[in-house]
Amino acid sequence: MTVKEIIEKLDLKCLNEANLDAEVSGAYASDLLSDVMGNARSGQVWITMQTHKNVTAIASLKDIPAVILVRSGVPDTDMLEHAREEDICILVSKDATFQVCGKLYALIG
Amino acid sequence: MHYSFNIERGNFTDAGQASSSVKRTLKQLGVDPVNIKRTVVALFEAEINAVAHAYGGRIDVDIDGEKIVMVVADEGPGIPNLDLAMQEGWSTASAKVREMGYGAGMGLPNIKKNTDDLKIDTQVGVGTTVTMTVYLT
Repeated sequence: MTVKEIIEKLDLKCLNEANLDAEVSGAYASDLLSDVMGNARSGQVWITMQTHKNVTAIASLKDIPAVILVRSGVPDTDMLEHAREEDICILVSKDATFQVCGKLYALIG
Repeated sequence: MHYSFNIERGNFTDAGQASSSVKRTLKQLGVDPVNIKRTVVALFEAEINAVAHAYGGRIDVDIDGEKIVMVVADEGPGIPNLDLAMQEGWSTASAKVREMGYGAGMGLPNIKKNTDDLKIDTQVGVGTTVTMTVYLT
């Protein structure tokens, strides 16, 4: 499933269009950055409520094509700028982590 | 090849620039993606540790055909009990740092897991030097 398909199926708002055709292998949900650093795999989307620039730094280092911010999270301005520079897709869901995970798991789990 | 970067106390905004720059170089050099990932995970964690705990510092990275050696040297409080610090879940991070999603006590264990050689020289009240090596062959 591609990032674009996930946007459509989960009704996500896209704040930075990047990697729309990237194939998503799964997802990792965590708000602990070292957990993501240590355990997320490239090609997964990252589900989090963290909205600062280190999120995009880690996404870029880990080759994570898209980040889903839960509960209508608003990224910091510098996070969004950094996402544009690094080509990271930034998505926003109105749902909380549990619902986003459940919906995504039903699609690609 | 040698690269140096400065570390500023509490500057989380620019954290990750060293890892990002090293990643680009390793990619250009055609280094195996698994080794690139190990290198950047370790370097990022060490950089964050210094930003979060120290008063300032410096990163030196040397790359040759056989290995990547990363030295993160800081002036800071030092680590009073290194055995405790190496334990997963142990952290002395501030509330502010924890709010950002750090301080879960996974940084040093992540570094250990992703490097072939890890040396930590630390002196309380002076600072800490973390030397990490990833072998490419």
